[in-house]
Amino acid sequence: MSRSRTRGTGEALKDFPTFRLMSILVFAFLYLPLLFVVGYSFNENRVVTVWKGFSLQWYAEVLGNNDIQRALMNSLRVATVATILSVLLALGLAIGLLRMARAGRTFAWALIGAPLVLPEIVFAIGTLAFFVQLRVPLGVNAITLAHTAFCIPFALLPIRARLRSVDLAVYEAAADLGANEWRVFRRITLPLLAPGVLAGALLAFIISLDDFIVSYFLAGPGGTTLPVYIFGMIRNAITPGVNALSTLLLLASVLIVSVSYAITRRKR
Amino acid sequence: MAGGRTARRRGAAGQGSWWAGSPGLLYLIGLVLAPLVIVLVYSFLSRAKLGVGVKWVFSLQSYVDLFYFESLAGGRTFDPTYLQIFWTSFVYALITALVCLLLSIPIATWIATRPAHVRMALIFLVTIPFWTSLLIRTYAFVIILNDNGPINGALTGTGLLAEPIPMLYTPFATVVGLVYAFLPFMILPIYASAERFDFRLAEAAYDLGAARWTVLRRIVLPAVRPGIIAGMVLVFIPALGSYLAPELLGGGKTSMIANVIAAQFGASRNWPFGAALSVMVLVITLLVLVVFAALARRVSRTNGRSSWEALL
Repeated sequence: MSRSRTRGTGEALKDFPTFRLMSILVFAFLYLPLLFVVGYSFNENRVVTVWKGFSLQWYAEVLGNNDIQRALMNSLRVATVATILSVLLALGLAIGLLRMARAGRTFAWALIGAPLVLPEIVFAIGTLAFFVQLRVPLGVNAITLAHTAFCIPFALLPIRARLRSVDLAVYEAAADLGANEWRVFRRITLPLLAPGVLAGALLAFIISLDDFIVSYFLAGPGGTTLPVYIFGMIRNAITPGVNALSTLLLLASVLIVSVSYAITRRKR
Repeated sequence: MAGGRTARRRGAAGQGSWWAGSPGLLYLIGLVLAPLVIVLVYSFLSRAKLGVGVKWVFSLQSYVDLFYFESLAGGRTFDPTYLQIFWTSFVYALITALVCLLLSIPIATWIATRPAHVRMALIFLVTIPFWTSLLIRTYAFVIILNDNGPINGALTGTGLLAEPIPMLYTPFATVVGLVYAFLPFMILPIYASAERFDFRLAEAAYDLGAARWTVLRRIVLPAVRPGIIAGMVLVFIPALGSYLAPELLGGGKTSMIANVIAAQFGASRNWPFGAALSVMVLVITLLVLVVFAALARRVSRTNGRSSWEALL
C-alpha cells in the first residue's frame, strides 16, 4: 500500500499518514485549555466549571477590587521600569558584544543565557538570599531589579538580529563625512535599530508582566504583583473571577507579542 | 559570531566599543552571577536560629541532610526521602520530554512541509502560548481536570461513566501540566531542523521503493535529530525545576525538587538546606547540558549542522 512510486507527486509525497490529523490535535491541545479559561470567565455561577449562564459580573467584580487594582499597578510599574532598564542594558550589550574579545563574549553570553537555562526557582531563591544578605528591602523595587536581569536576553535578541542586518558601510560613510561617535550613534545606529529596540521592549514587557516565581519570592508584604495575586486566588477559592483576570492577562500577552512579531516581520 | 568578527576587523568609527556592554555585564554579574554564588555559599553555612537567613558558621550539615536523617539523640540513619524526590522529578521530566517528542515530530514535520507563508503563520501559532503566563496555562488544567470539569462532565454527562475519574491532584495531572507548559520548546527546534531538510531526499527514497514509515524512520528522523536533541534539553531542564505544575496540579502528593526548595525558604525555614538542594539541581542541570552538548556535537559531525545554531 505504501509503495509510493505510483502516488501523486509534489506535496503528497511529503505527507506522512495521520500527521495532518495529529497536527490538528496538537493545535487543539495548545489552544483549548486557554479557550476554557476564557469561556468560563463569562460564567454566572460561582462554581467555575458548572455553567449557569452568560454574565460579565466577574469582570466588574475583579476590576472594582482594590487589592487587584493595587496588584495591577505594581505589575505595570515593575514591567515598565524593568523594560526600560533591560532595553538600555541590552542596547549597550548588543553594541559592546561586537567589539568584545572572544573570551569576554563567551562569558557575557553565559551570563545573558543563564536565567533562561537555569531553573527559575534557583534564580528566585538565590536573588532572595542575595537581597536579604545585602539588606535590600523586598517589594516592588526588588522585583524590578530581578526582572531586569532575565528581561535582558529577550530585549537583546531582536536588537542583535537588527544590528546584524545593518550594512556596516553606513557607519563608515557617516564617519567619513565627519560625524563623531555620539552623532553616529544618535543619527544612524539608533534609528536603524529602532524596530529591534521596540520589538525587544515589548517582549521584555510581557516576560516581566507574566512572571510568577521570582515575584512570588521577592514580593514581601507590599509587593504583590498580579500573577502573585492570582496564585493566591487559585490557592484559596477558585471563582470565575480568576478566569476573568486570567483572560485580561492572556489578552495583554497575545496583543503585545503580536505587535512585536509584526514589527520584526515588516522591517526585515 | 562571524558577523561580529567582521565588524571588529573593519573597526569603523561610530560602532561604539566594548565599553558599551560594560553596564549590562556589571548588572548581570550583580544580579545573575552573585545570586548563584550566594546559593553555593549558603549551602555550606548553618541554619539560623529563627530559620530566616543563615548563621555564618561553616557546616556540611545540609549535604548530610540530603542523605541521612539525624535523630535528636544523634543517631544517623540513611534516609532516601530527598533522593526519592530527585528521582521522581527526574522521571517526570523525562516522561514529559518523551511525550513532547512524540507530539512534536508529526506537527513539526507537517508544518515544515507547508508553503512558506502558511509555515510562518503556523509557527507563530505555536509560539503564542509560550508568551502567555505559565501560571494561567497551569491553572487551565485545574479547570479541565477537575471532577466537574469539561472532561469528566462529558464522560458522566453522556452516561459513559457513573462517577467522575479523579484526575486533578495526581502525578498524571502534573505531567500533563508539564507537557503543556513546555511543548513549544520541542516543536520549534524540531521544526527548525525539518525546515532545512531537503524533501527531495524523501522523494528519492520513495522512487527507490521505500515505504512511508521506512522513509520517516530512515530518512526524516535522522535528519531532524539535531532538533530532537535540542528539544529534549529545552524541555527536560525546565521541567526538572518546575514549581507550578506539581504545586497546583499535583496537590502536594507529587512534590518535585522545586517545591521542596521553596518550602525550605518558606514554611520549613531552613535556608542552607534549600541552598544545598538548589546546588544539586544546578549540578544535575549542568550534567544534562554537558551530556546533550556532547551528543549534539556527535550528531552535527555526522549531519554537518549544529542544533544550537538551529535555535538561534
